Amino acid sequence: MIKTDVVIIGAGPTGLFCAHQLGIIGLKCEIVDNLDKIGGQCIELYPDKPIYDIPAVPQCTGEELTNNLIEQIKPFNFNFHLNDRVQELKNENNKWIVKTSNGKEFETPNVVIAGGVGSFEPRKFPTKSAEIFDGKTVLYSIKDKTIFKDKSVVIFGGGDSALDWAIELSNSSKVTLVHRRDEFRGAPSSVQKIKELSKSKKIELITKYSMNEVKGNGSIESVEIKSESGESKTIKADYVLGFFGLIMQLGPIAEWGLNLNKKTIPVNTESFETNKKGIFAIGDICTYPGKLKLILSGFHEGALAARGCFKYARPDEKYRFEFTTASSAIKDRLGVKE
Amino acid sequence: MAKIKYVEFNGTVHEIEVSKGLSVMEGAVQNSIPGIDADCGGGMSCATCHVYINDSEWFNKLPEKEMGEDDMLDQAYEPKSNSRLSCQLIVSDELDGLTVHMPEKQV
Repeated sequence: MIKTDVVIIGAGPTGLFCAHQLGIIGLKCEIVDNLDKIGGQCIELYPDKPIYDIPAVPQCTGEELTNNLIEQIKPFNFNFHLNDRVQELKNENNKWIVKTSNGKEFETPNVVIAGGVGSFEPRKFPTKSAEIFDGKTVLYSIKDKTIFKDKSVVIFGGGDSALDWAIELSNSSKVTLVHRRDEFRGAPSSVQKIKELSKSKKIELITKYSMNEVKGNGSIESVEIKSESGESKTIKADYVLGFFGLIMQLGPIAEWGLNLNKKTIPVNTESFETNKKGIFAIGDICTYPGKLKLILSGFHEGALAARGCFKYARPDEKYRFEFTTASSAIKDRLGVKE
Repeated sequence: MAKIKYVEFNGTVHEIEVSKGLSVMEGAVQNSIPGIDADCGGGMSCATCHVYINDSEWFNKLPEKEMGEDDMLDQAYEPKSNSRLSCQLIVSDELDGLTVHMPEKQV
């Protein structure tokens, strides 16, 4: 059991800056995220896209923003628990017991939910027949590429994951790449490579078709694909891979007894506390009159939620407002010399 | 104001007067019409405001897709050649009478 002042759910920009604000006011926190890296949507959805509306930063990419935020909280040495998801929140004697899917347990007076729009999960094939083979021969990510050696692999999708894997696996497998339209959204060099491989018959490229059904008894035998005008084709397959990007699911957050408004959590705008004492929500996941889903709003919400956490973490102390330019206590926490 | 008809997957029809300048997505969200999620809030950064324009004449009349819309649509649930992201359809006099059909689900 790890005891801490605050557990932050979500390591996106909002969660990271909230951690910074907690460090500044002298509180400890532990940060949990179900992605394998820090940065949330910034790193998962647009690491290379420039952002133009971070105050005083005319332009930076999602990755640069993330790296700067990580740098900014370095002095506090907070622990990250990546690849892990908060499953359960339970109140015991005015403390929250937080349990994760990897079996970690925290005891804390405060939980800050900075979960964006929930956790990322791969979008799956819509057909029921794919579910039977899910995780065995119908896959949405690749852990061990050796299983495909000398097999027939049908890949669906038009982005970088689909293209990169089609190129990579074409060396040792019989690859068919299926995409719903003629254009691809992957890197131009990969698109070029795919076209060359298709020309030299190293892969079979089929466009304007999408998944209709996975066929097989016990194991996959083939996939049936269809065009919008109703034509269909059947392709022999040992493995079927789908790369349609990620969708966001609220996941276990929906089961914690919090008030929900569609997929967002209503909060007060003084401390961003939810209907549960000691549970706060900030960033894209919270809602209140006038809410803007901007990173800068998340920063503001995180700063106020951190002060909200103070009164439960230090019930016998009075929070005192201080500037980082003037406070020697803050400078000590940051490890900077005057 | 322009009249926009939203047809849910189960066939339920909502006919709404939407103010000019709003997106077709905003028209749905502000009137609590189910079937359009708009997780990202209208930034062409998700694909959860996906609709079909079944009438090909209407489809061709709509403002052309900006770069990136088709890329996002690749990641939608059951995209077709008549798919659009409703956050990218800005309501104007020209859109008066438009009908959009919703997919079975968004995520």
